[in-house]
Amino acid sequence: MIEPKKIRIAIASGKGGTGKTLISTNLFYILQQLNYKVTLIDCDAEEPNVMVFFKDEGEYEHDVVQKIPVIDEHKCTYCVKCQEYCSYNAIFLLKDIKAIRILEDLCHGCGACSVACVYGAISEKEISLGKISGFHSDLHSLIIEGRVRVGVYSPVSVIKAAIKEAGNNEIILMDSPPGTSCPFIQTVAVADFVILVTEPTPFGLSDLIQSVETLKTMNKPCGVIINRAGLGDNKVYEYLIQEDIPLLMEIPFDRAIASHYSKGEIVAKYNIDWMALFADMFDAIYEKYGNSDY
Amino acid sequence: MKSMETAIISGKGGTGKSSISAAFSTLGERVVLADCDVDAANLHILFNPSQEEEEIYIAGQKAVIDYSLCNNCGLCMDYCRFDAISLFGGKIAINEVLCDGCKLCYRTCPMKAISMIENNKSRMYSGTFRNGKMVYGRLAPGEENSGKLVNIVREKARQISKAYNIENIIIDGPPGIGCPVISSITGANNVVIITEPTISGLHDLMRTIEITSMFNLKTWVIINKYDLNQELSNDIEKYCSDRYLNFAGKLSFDPKVVEAMVKCKSIVEYDPASEISIQILNIWKKINSN
Repeated sequence: MIEPKKIRIAIASGKGGTGKTLISTNLFYILQQLNYKVTLIDCDAEEPNVMVFFKDEGEYEHDVVQKIPVIDEHKCTYCVKCQEYCSYNAIFLLKDIKAIRILEDLCHGCGACSVACVYGAISEKEISLGKISGFHSDLHSLIIEGRVRVGVYSPVSVIKAAIKEAGNNEIILMDSPPGTSCPFIQTVAVADFVILVTEPTPFGLSDLIQSVETLKTMNKPCGVIINRAGLGDNKVYEYLIQEDIPLLMEIPFDRAIASHYSKGEIVAKYNIDWMALFADMFDAIYEKYGNSDY
Repeated sequence: MKSMETAIISGKGGTGKSSISAAFSTLGERVVLADCDVDAANLHILFNPSQEEEEIYIAGQKAVIDYSLCNNCGLCMDYCRFDAISLFGGKIAINEVLCDGCKLCYRTCPMKAISMIENNKSRMYSGTFRNGKMVYGRLAPGEENSGKLVNIVREKARQISKAYNIENIIIDGPPGIGCPVISSITGANNVVIITEPTISGLHDLMRTIEITSMFNLKTWVIINKYDLNQELSNDIEKYCSDRYLNFAGKLSFDPKVVEAMVKCKSIVEYDPASEISIQILNIWKKINSN
């Protein structure tokens, strides 16, 4: 039997609120209707919203944990080596008055302090950073959500765990966090193709340029969907021509779309044209960037 | 004189945070505007500030291998907890995306084959714009620790506020609820959350309120584009009143806000007599009245 081609597509945008989740949830729904084996990962672990659009109950969930050092003050000699080894300023130590504290919020769980301590004064405990939940939407498709615990500083570990959870499934869609820093990079790094969603405004363009420049340094191919077309100006279009970036689709600004979306409804259920539009877009990407050598 | 810091955040992106920050910054009184959305700083596009100062910001480090020294022992792979080191074509390779910069491989390598290089492409700028002073950060793509850069931007804004005797500091925060958001709001006199009447907007609002209450901050809520879903807008208003949150007001959807942006103006500069400009002025007065 010939293995079907695999592909990982990240749906991203520099600017928030341009319609990433609108695109990823609708693309997921449509591919599911077309009987593809598809997995959607909500990588926006700070504010995950994909499940707002699917009413399924979670089938399983597990914690994403991180190790945190625990100091045994009877064994500690206050030699300060652990503090020197810590690259995150997570160990507060006053040698003169023999005080040592772990600042758990700052700790990245790298384990350097445990290696540094030669007195056996450091052991480790686990703390929860967030949760991974899995939802089987039908026989073939799966939604995985990463959700950071409120108050945790970085979503990166939860994002990594969510992506790992999907393993080598056939078609993987990743709803990326906004921005172009670490959380975005972690998501697009594993993608074969990136769909950037933007809007035709000066803010949309500025953030699009930032995203495109970042993807260039990573050698990631991308295409652009312009959402809320008709508002704003033409500069985004000019930029795409100048940079030779494919315009994958335009979605006009439409109060009906905004209204469906606001209620947590899948627009493609109401807007029949979307089925063909999304399927054509996907086919072209799958054809060109899908690969069989996993 | 004491500075008055107002931080504008949203949880969900694209709710109109920057447009409202821009409007608050141009209501009349001079302000210090701190663009703390260092991942996607945008306000300099509207305000085209002069660049008076530039500071380099070091955003962590990355490990690199010197292959003339590496003997492929693999010890670094065992120590790395970020899955950043693996064997690739028979050679030890460090994945710079996964590397967290903890230095443990550098410290433990018996051959001293690993060194650390600094991420030094991020910047902080400050200057003058048409209604006061402006500070903004620019995090280089893929670099971490934006919370630290946010702190530097805010500290600079406070210094400028004192030096130039400008009372109001407006902080345009990033989306989400992580480190850069926490850095943008801690210690602010007022935190204003901009939401929109969508289920996603409400969901993100709830998580954002958890954060502001963790830090005991005076929190206000504005519903932007409320008329896109009147019913949900009412639900959000009720949610706020049930929890004794300060409801600052609601703004209607107005394409003029985008027109203003295209002309590089805030809505209150572009059309000061419009209904939305008047609503924004009233909200600002309400927030600052107690």
